[in-house]
Amino acid sequence: MRKYNKLIFELSKPGRTAYRLPENDVEEIAVEELIPAEYLNDDELDLPEVSEVDIIRHYTNLSNKNFGVDTGFYPLGSCTMKYNPKVNEDMAGLEGFVNIHPLQPEETVQGALRLMYELDQALCEIAGMDKMTLQPAAGAHGELTGLTLIKAYHENRGDTNRTKIIIPDSAHGTNPATAIMAGFDTIEIKSTEEGIVDIESLKAALSDEVAGLMLTNPNTLGLFEKNIREMADLVHECGGLLYYDGANANAILGKARPGDMGFDVVHFNIHKTFSTPHGGGGPGSGPVGVKDILLDFLPTPTVEKDGDRYYLDYDRPKSVGRMKDFHGHFNVLVKAYTYILTMGRDGLERASEWAVLNANYLAHKLKDHYNVQEDAIFKHEFVLAGLKDALSEVTTLDVAKRLLDYGYHPPTVYFPLIVNEAIMPEPTETESVETLEEFAEALIKIAEEAKEDPEILKEAPHETPVRRVNETQAARNPILKYEG
Amino acid sequence: MYPYIPNTKEDEQRMLETIGFDSIDDLFSDIPEDLVLDRELDLKPSMSELEVANYITKLSKENTTINDLTCFLGAGAYDHYIPSIIGHILSRSEFYTSYTPYQAEMSQGTLQYIFEYQSLICKLTGMDVSNASLYDGGTAVAEAAFMASNITRKDEIVVSKTVNPQSREVLKTYAHLQGIKVIEVEDNGGVTDLDKLKANVSDKTAAVIVQNPNFFGIIEDIEAIEEIAHSQRRTLLIASVDPISLGILKTPASLGVDIVVGEGQALGMPLNFGGPYLGFIATNKSHMRRLPGRIVGQTIDAEENRAFVLTLQAREQHIRREKATSNICSNQGMLTLAAAVYFVTLGKKGLREVSLQATQKAHYAMNKITESGNYKPLFDKPFFKEFAITSSIDADEINGKLLEEKILGGYPLGEKYPQYENGILYAVTEKRSKDEIDRLSSVLEGMI
Repeated sequence: MRKYNKLIFELSKPGRTAYRLPENDVEEIAVEELIPAEYLNDDELDLPEVSEVDIIRHYTNLSNKNFGVDTGFYPLGSCTMKYNPKVNEDMAGLEGFVNIHPLQPEETVQGALRLMYELDQALCEIAGMDKMTLQPAAGAHGELTGLTLIKAYHENRGDTNRTKIIIPDSAHGTNPATAIMAGFDTIEIKSTEEGIVDIESLKAALSDEVAGLMLTNPNTLGLFEKNIREMADLVHECGGLLYYDGANANAILGKARPGDMGFDVVHFNIHKTFSTPHGGGGPGSGPVGVKDILLDFLPTPTVEKDGDRYYLDYDRPKSVGRMKDFHGHFNVLVKAYTYILTMGRDGLERASEWAVLNANYLAHKLKDHYNVQEDAIFKHEFVLAGLKDALSEVTTLDVAKRLLDYGYHPPTVYFPLIVNEAIMPEPTETESVETLEEFAEALIKIAEEAKEDPEILKEAPHETPVRRVNETQAARNPILKYEG
Repeated sequence: MYPYIPNTKEDEQRMLETIGFDSIDDLFSDIPEDLVLDRELDLKPSMSELEVANYITKLSKENTTINDLTCFLGAGAYDHYIPSIIGHILSRSEFYTSYTPYQAEMSQGTLQYIFEYQSLICKLTGMDVSNASLYDGGTAVAEAAFMASNITRKDEIVVSKTVNPQSREVLKTYAHLQGIKVIEVEDNGGVTDLDKLKANVSDKTAAVIVQNPNFFGIIEDIEAIEEIAHSQRRTLLIASVDPISLGILKTPASLGVDIVVGEGQALGMPLNFGGPYLGFIATNKSHMRRLPGRIVGQTIDAEENRAFVLTLQAREQHIRREKATSNICSNQGMLTLAAAVYFVTLGKKGLREVSLQATQKAHYAMNKITESGNYKPLFDKPFFKEFAITSSIDADEINGKLLEEKILGGYPLGEKYPQYENGILYAVTEKRSKDEIDRLSSVLEGMI
């Protein structure tokens, strides 16, 4: 069934249907009498005509051509593909959450507002911040929100000369893209041999034109930026603010807090750290927390409490405005809060401990066959600089594609950019030691294959629903919709 | 003790020994001492599934839902019928527990449904190219404005005040970041004031943004607006549309729209207190490489079988970093699946029937409510599924009394449009029955 290869459009047959509506029970008036004919479409919509069974089988077959965390190990670095607990889905599916309109009167949605308020407080405690906005739709959207707040802070002080954002060369691609989108220029600073920010490079970048620094800690090499306090002081002394990219927060829950490190604004990737599913690309959720100095600028509305009553505060004259429609990805927030309550203060800390132990254990298992940084303590993820003593024609891409044949989703590859042939596994805490060992064995077997039979890697994958996909042809001759 | 952490105490010991560490704490010894949190987090201790479920369920019951009430509230989020199969397909965990389909060979399911979604958006709007979605309708408007500014290298956006106020707020927040000037054009009797629009469009205008049907539910004269927008060289026309309306209305492509955006919530997504929803964006082939976000393309695999893959990635943040068209990294994956299943379930006939029934019922409601003369139409223009009513009674007072009668009243216009102080915007979807509309009308009459 994994060879199923039809488009829904190819199943269409005139006269088939998959829906039935109740009869229209109001007086039927010709639509041309209600809406002028010049506004109406004379043509029929070109949508497929299929039965309900067709649709169910089509998408079930497509799902069989997919791989998720529920299918197997998915150690995609910096993406925190931890298990997505099922009770979270049940809670988000409760009638009392699913079927409420975002503009309903506050007295009819007290439960929803209370959940948001309590989640806000829990996230603040975890991050060491003072107040959150739950509006951002994803991590990158959180970044944009954070830089919007930093911009507002400087503008409000009349400090309009601050046009630059400092970003380390190990940063996620969203960081520089966000800075540009927020109307800043970027200054890239270097990493040391060890893989953390080079303080001298930071010092050289500082000036009264700097609006802020964006940093991930632990960084994308899985290393804790141990000089963060000094960096924070340097940035603050020159008048800038610090933004914490929370993509890697799964390593430090209950251990250290961005707020205590000196960060002024923080985002969490709810879909990473707090176990909500990635959904094949989304929806995510990227709440942003701030210190008091940025409180006034938070997007409108915030969720507030007055006695026993919860309400949305729209009266925020210094607010940057809205970052998105309504109140954020509420349904995702329900899942995250369910997870936080389930894990509690002890479980969250335990999750980080296991995320870190699993990562270090896996790195250790691979060190004889792949280039692993020596004498480093990794946090939740680590980066391999490709195969040890491999034939030159065997690339990281080949290793990744061969992993598919062994039934694993490959780690993130070719990122961070500062490592050649990078392979970045992030096992997370929800994987057992047996899974890690089997995965390591597969990678070691592939390392041996790379020497003995490189062709098997070059031609991989062999066992997947489709063989290696031609990306070049897709980009050269874009077919972006069904033309039948 | 923790159902989501499989390793045991014995595993811990063995693994630590293997890697040469004495304790877990040693694995955190790289965090400087003064940064280590020297206390437990001030959160509740862990709980059993049963305890958590009881608590969260209790919170959910503190809400009154649209199953307890009869919903006439819209203003950007609508109570449309959601076919049962959508939820079943979305619950396939091979879909929802996967990531962005970077590894095409094991993500053909995700890639194909996104390709089908893109195709369906193109069929609906008549445009050449759709991306794999954006966060929501409001951010789609803002992204389209950025895209227009980049294409035209101009930095003024002219937006009609009949565009959803929320979308305009998002637009203004975004525009400020890049120093783009947003000029808002007043309405005239519920539609964009064409004279004022003309007066504000200049050679600096990157794009004109309108909504159709507009925030008041009224169908705008897009042909006239198109003429004004395109009277300037390179200026683009951006239209935010209700996808359900395209069951009967002319396609944006046939009206000369350059970038089509919109809120996709009506396409099979529950209200969910505002999200997650779906922003769609589609354009002409000439602007294809300026689109933000993910795009899926059809190609072949090594054995020349049809296959799908993320493509045109030279626009994107993970390749281009500071030169990307947008910072967006995610798409609304599961919501594009919902929309695709919605489109194919309703199909050729069904989307038109939903659209027609909503039109019929909205017009019936408008006539019924205004029959006695106590409530008056605020505008006299052709509308789709929403319409505005005014009266001598304060909007909040009306909604309060409706709520007592288990009716979720319309959107009070006064706050965002002070000139329409007592105005209320009602939404009537195909889900509303004649009895429900009659009851709304009679409760309203009872207030006089």
